[in-house]
Amino acid sequence: MPGQPDSPLCVAVLVKQVPDSAEIKMDPRTGTLIREGVPAVMNPDDRLGLETALALKDSLGALVTALSMGPIQAVDVLSEALAMGADRGVLLSDRNFAGADTWATSFTLGRALERLMSQGPLDLVICGRQASDGDTAQIGPQVAEHLGWPQVTYVERLEVEGRELRAWRRLPGLVQKVLCPLPAVVTVLATPQAPRWPLVDRLLWACREAAPLEVWDAADIEAPAARTGLKGSLTRVVKTFSPKGQRVTQWLEGTAAEQSQALLAELRGHKLI
Amino acid sequence: MAIWVIADKCTGCGLCVKACPYGAMQVQDKLAALGPRCTQCGACLEACKFEALGSDLADEPRPDLSGYRGVWVFCEVQDGALARVSLELLGQGARLAAELGQTLATVLLGEDVEGLVPELAAQGADRVYLAQDAGLAAYSTLAYTRVLSELIATHRPNILLLGATPLGRDLAPRLSRRLDLGLTADCTELAIDPVDGGLWQTRPAFGGNVMATIVTPTARPQMATVRPGVMALGPRRDGAQAEVVRHPVRLEPGDLLVRLLASQAQGQRPVDLGAARVIVAGGRGCGGPQGMELLAQLAQALGGELGGTRVAVEEGWLGQARQIGQTGVTVRPDLYIACGISGAIQHRAGCLGARYIVAINRDRRAPIFSVADYALAGDMFKIVPAMLAALKGAA
Ligand SMILES: Cc1cc2nc3c(=O)[nH]c(=O)nc-3n(C[C@H](O)[C@H](O)[C@H](O)COP(=O)(O)OP(=O)(O)OC[C@H]3O[C@@H](n4cnc5c(N)ncnc54)[C@H](O)[C@@H]3O)c2cc1C
Ligand SMILES: Cc1cc2nc3c(=O)[nH]c(=O)nc-3n(C[C@H](O)[C@H](O)[C@H](O)COP(=O)(O)OP(=O)(O)OC[C@H]3O[C@@H](n4cnc5c(N)ncnc54)[C@H](O)[C@@H]3O)c2cc1C
Repeated sequence: MPGQPDSPLCVAVLVKQVPDSAEIKMDPRTGTLIREGVPAVMNPDDRLGLETALALKDSLGALVTALSMGPIQAVDVLSEALAMGADRGVLLSDRNFAGADTWATSFTLGRALERLMSQGPLDLVICGRQASDGDTAQIGPQVAEHLGWPQVTYVERLEVEGRELRAWRRLPGLVQKVLCPLPAVVTVLATPQAPRWPLVDRLLWACREAAPLEVWDAADIEAPAARTGLKGSLTRVVKTFSPKGQRVTQWLEGTAAEQSQALLAELRGHKLI
Repeated sequence: MAIWVIADKCTGCGLCVKACPYGAMQVQDKLAALGPRCTQCGACLEACKFEALGSDLADEPRPDLSGYRGVWVFCEVQDGALARVSLELLGQGARLAAELGQTLATVLLGEDVEGLVPELAAQGADRVYLAQDAGLAAYSTLAYTRVLSELIATHRPNILLLGATPLGRDLAPRLSRRLDLGLTADCTELAIDPVDGGLWQTRPAFGGNVMATIVTPTARPQMATVRPGVMALGPRRDGAQAEVVRHPVRLEPGDLLVRLLASQAQGQRPVDLGAARVIVAGGRGCGGPQGMELLAQLAQALGGELGGTRVAVEEGWLGQARQIGQTGVTVRPDLYIACGISGAIQHRAGCLGARYIVAINRDRRAPIFSVADYALAGDMFKIVPAMLAALKGAA
């Protein structure tokens, strides 16, 4: 049983690989996103999730498993998680997982967490608040519902004591302190300490053949094709386009005084002031 | 649900072995055979040239969705009053309901909230589903999920809208997973498909670089969270009546697992840029707190609020609550005056809903000008004081 002196707290951190948002550029002629050559990185919020888990490892000796769903290249974020201090990495990769919406993603991640639980205890699942590409912030609560566990979102600090978790939730203009029994799912948006850097020697170890990294496919987690990927998705993206304004720009020229007179006249004309 | 091999058609060619993504297919004794790793994905069915694989996998029949009717808006209550985003959703919900020829209903949860019903009616609600219980006094994920899922299962709405607020984005995904519904996040535009009556849900992704239009073809209700500040309010109908449908609440201990220990307000008066009619916003071009102070004076002279870019917030010239853009707030004032702001896509994502945009920037090529109605190329430290002087002169 977790919580007993001889069994450590077991934590799973969900980690997503995303395109580096600082490198996202638009094609000025077509107005579409340039995807080629954009480096893939660990989702910024998931670094916070790992830091939260690794702080529990420092203080309580928690065992930390990093879990990611993505193409085989996404193993990079798991190597990085190991280099930061995680004990084990599991990549969910399967052609059938491609094109998943959040329902299908949370189903797949939920099945993998169930498999982890068939292998040993699991007390806490930590997600980032939001992925920088999909931006939905839906996975955390959906995984919590899949497992039937309570959820605590927008966490900036967290403590575990026995079978309970104390969390500080950051809301607009407000911090809430809540108490939640384990097992639970939390989503984090900040950490008391900046996320630690990967250690070079651990990174070298994480890239070796013998590193504790596994790849699971649909069969491993008994995920039927009809519930994963595009097929299992309940939403469909029917169109993507670039946001653009349809405004006609009127330039107001002259000295600063002339410009401001002209502007105020326009604003008065539209009854804006 | 299964896939099987039809022995007299199978030639043992092995195409299915190559096609199987799981390594679940083998050829044994010149016949294909399925192993335990099969997930019934159907890849082998497409690969077989001899129709030697049988299956009862069919495209799931499209369920009959005609029994789901009505547009619902989940009401968020803050300090005993309706949150502004709920009023915006009622405005938008009323337009969608009218287009579909269906009714607009709201779901109101709380301990003692019945007094809000007349206001909901005035804002366009035809019906109010009311659930009152001491356990609903403060928002809790599990209790609210229980009551909403019961209401949905009983009354079967077509569309359910929630504000993309911290509360809405905590509740909506939990609910969508419990009821197996699709959910579109943080929409900035909603429209009805003129052909099949489905809901077109448009939202920014990739940090505002891409807009995506999303549909929910098979599950009802179609669920979306909607970004605050984006939808326009509807006309008030003072004195209008709404039918009240009371829902009995029976919470279980498992619904109240998470306990609130303490709640501490941070900082000063909460700013609400979402409701501001005039916003003066500053960026790196302010150069420091003095520049921002100048803009604060302009905001005050125009009866507006002060806002700014992430840079201005990171520099400490402005509180976090005043950051406008993808990772800040979205605003839709009548007048938006951007000073010393380059107009990065992540910033524009938060202010494009303004009725009029004025840009003041000394760089004629700054992208902010491409979305501006009035463009003033020049130094804000000359133009803004000139505006202040002219406003003073006029007063
Ligand atoms: C343009 C566009 C718009 C979209 N809009 C919607 C939509 O409105 N509704 C919808 O249902 N789907 C939508 N999707 C699909 C959605 O992006 C994917 O389902 C994605 O796998 C998960 O959602 P997210 O990126 O928003 O994650 P979020 O919910 O924002 O992620 C929160 C946390 O969940 C964890 N997590 C998320 N994905 C993974 C993963 N693959 N592996 C491990 N951990 C993970 C991480 O801890 C992350 O910090 C959209 C996709 C695109 C490209
Ligand atoms: C994932 C992500 C999310 C983000 N979210 C947000 C967000 O929510 N909100 C946001 O604002 N940004 C956001 N950003 C940052 C955004 O990309 C830009 O970096 C930021 O908006 C730039 O701020 P700025 O316009 O103040 O500064 P700059 O880009 O440096 O522009 C300063 C402008 O001031 C002009 N200027 C200088 N001096 C003067 C003068 N005296 N008079 C007139 N003009 C002058 C310059 O010509 C220049 O155009 C985000 C970025 C990322 C990657």
